[in-house]
Amino acid sequence: MAKIPNNRAWWLVLPVFLLVAFSALVPLMTVVNYSVQDIFGPGQAYYVGTEWFKEVLTNERLQDSLLRQFLFSGAVLMIQIPLGIGIALMMPKSGMKASLVLILLAIPLLIPWNVVGTIWQIFGRGDIGLFGWALNSMGFDYNYTGDTVDAWFTVLLMDVWHWTPLVALLCYSGLRAIPEAFYQAAEIDRASKWAVFRYIQLPRLKNVLIIAVLLRFMDSFMIYTEPFVLTGGGPGSSTTFLSQTLTTMAIGQFDLGRAAAFSLIYFLIVLLISWLFFTAITHADKEK
Amino acid sequence: MKQTRSKNIGITIYIVLLLTPIYWLLNMSFKTNQEILSGLTLWPENFTFANYAVIFTDPSWYNGYLNSMLYVSINVVITLLVALPAAYAFSRYKFVGDKHLFFWLLSNRMAPPAVFLLPFFQLYSSIGLFDTHIAVALAHCLFNVPLAVWILEGFMSGVPREYDEMAYIDGYSFPKFFVKIFLPMIRSGIGVTAFFAFMFSWVELLLARTLTSVDAQPIAAIMTRTVGASGIDWGVLAAAGVLTIIPGILVIWFVRNHVATGFALGRV
Repeated sequence: MAKIPNNRAWWLVLPVFLLVAFSALVPLMTVVNYSVQDIFGPGQAYYVGTEWFKEVLTNERLQDSLLRQFLFSGAVLMIQIPLGIGIALMMPKSGMKASLVLILLAIPLLIPWNVVGTIWQIFGRGDIGLFGWALNSMGFDYNYTGDTVDAWFTVLLMDVWHWTPLVALLCYSGLRAIPEAFYQAAEIDRASKWAVFRYIQLPRLKNVLIIAVLLRFMDSFMIYTEPFVLTGGGPGSSTTFLSQTLTTMAIGQFDLGRAAAFSLIYFLIVLLISWLFFTAITHADKEK
Repeated sequence: MKQTRSKNIGITIYIVLLLTPIYWLLNMSFKTNQEILSGLTLWPENFTFANYAVIFTDPSWYNGYLNSMLYVSINVVITLLVALPAAYAFSRYKFVGDKHLFFWLLSNRMAPPAVFLLPFFQLYSSIGLFDTHIAVALAHCLFNVPLAVWILEGFMSGVPREYDEMAYIDGYSFPKFFVKIFLPMIRSGIGVTAFFAFMFSWVELLLARTLTSVDAQPIAAIMTRTVGASGIDWGVLAAAGVLTIIPGILVIWFVRNHVATGFALGRV
């Protein structure tokens, strides 16, 4: 459908523009302003130019949490995308059962993020949590507050529990949009199950999968609340992700200049990767 | 048929695993603290509503829920009001800078809230909105409005433009056409958008906590504070957690038939 060129459409967009500009541009400019200063307290700020940005290249704490962040987001995508597709393929197609599964599946998405942390904090404990207790009584030495591997395992498991339903729901809606005739044609051709998946379902899922990857990447890269509640970033700093490092820096230590510069770089990384995804989406739209 | 059965078994196992942590929370919320700490029981042996009673009788608890509800509602209303016309513009017209604007809007959905915490705090303090519901509602617009525009644009693009032209020929003015004809056609899209705005505003904690102190404090923040003070009252904490899940389930019930399409942002 061709769109009509009409610049008066700006009037319709104006409220959104003003609202988002107010809550995005003003704070962003503040951050940019901080990032070139060293701030000791109200009224005590010194211009330091690009010093903080140079420090990003050498600050080990930041680089460590950046590395952890990439590992985490990578693991999240590797687990959740295939798992989500698998679940979507298993979901019932219609009727009361489908509605029920949809609702049950969506429950984790509607729980406030700190409550998600609380649920797993309780669930994983060796003394009062079913999961921790079960693992311990099976002979595993599981303790997510003391052991790095266990902590990572728990944070990942929590995120898989929390967000795989999103991927599954996206893929489910993608699958529902495939016309029945495609399957009938495949049946006449005696296509194998794998062939149906590989040549009919997967190509048709491309659009929703791009959205799923985009959303999962952005949100896992910005994760803060859940691991903060669950492990507090520990043991040591093994589950301290980027947002938490920055928040501690800015609010805990009041090191605004440094935190601002790091934040900007953080934002740019997310923006760059998301831009790549976004180009992919619009490209896919054009092909359609 | 055999295949359907194995699928059913698979999905049932997944749902059971999914619900186990939630069941555990529910289970704990009906136990006394003594029972929680004295050993593992698979269901409450001394079934009690005491934990819920604490929440429903203490204003500092139940006000948290009211505060959350209030700012989430304000946010949903603002989001829909501004996003509807904008999404229409994006779906129907080409205008100077439309693509850049669209990406800029989306880029705000990508901004890590941690980056904006302090500036937000200072901005809203300086205009005297700190610790008000409207401040949290406005702050949540940062990620909800772009998402709403994105979803609504997807739904609106599915409506052929011939409808617009027909209404125009029939003598409808634009506002009348928009409200009387166009909005009813995409009502499922609107429902789904409202659901998403609700959801993301309801689950967010970081901004909501930073922008409030007493009067508008969300339930999620009250929960974290209680954890810090004088040991942990596990029973009450679990009950509070259970109560935060209920509004979401109620809301999803209304949009259950469209939610899958909605998750695909209307562009399947």
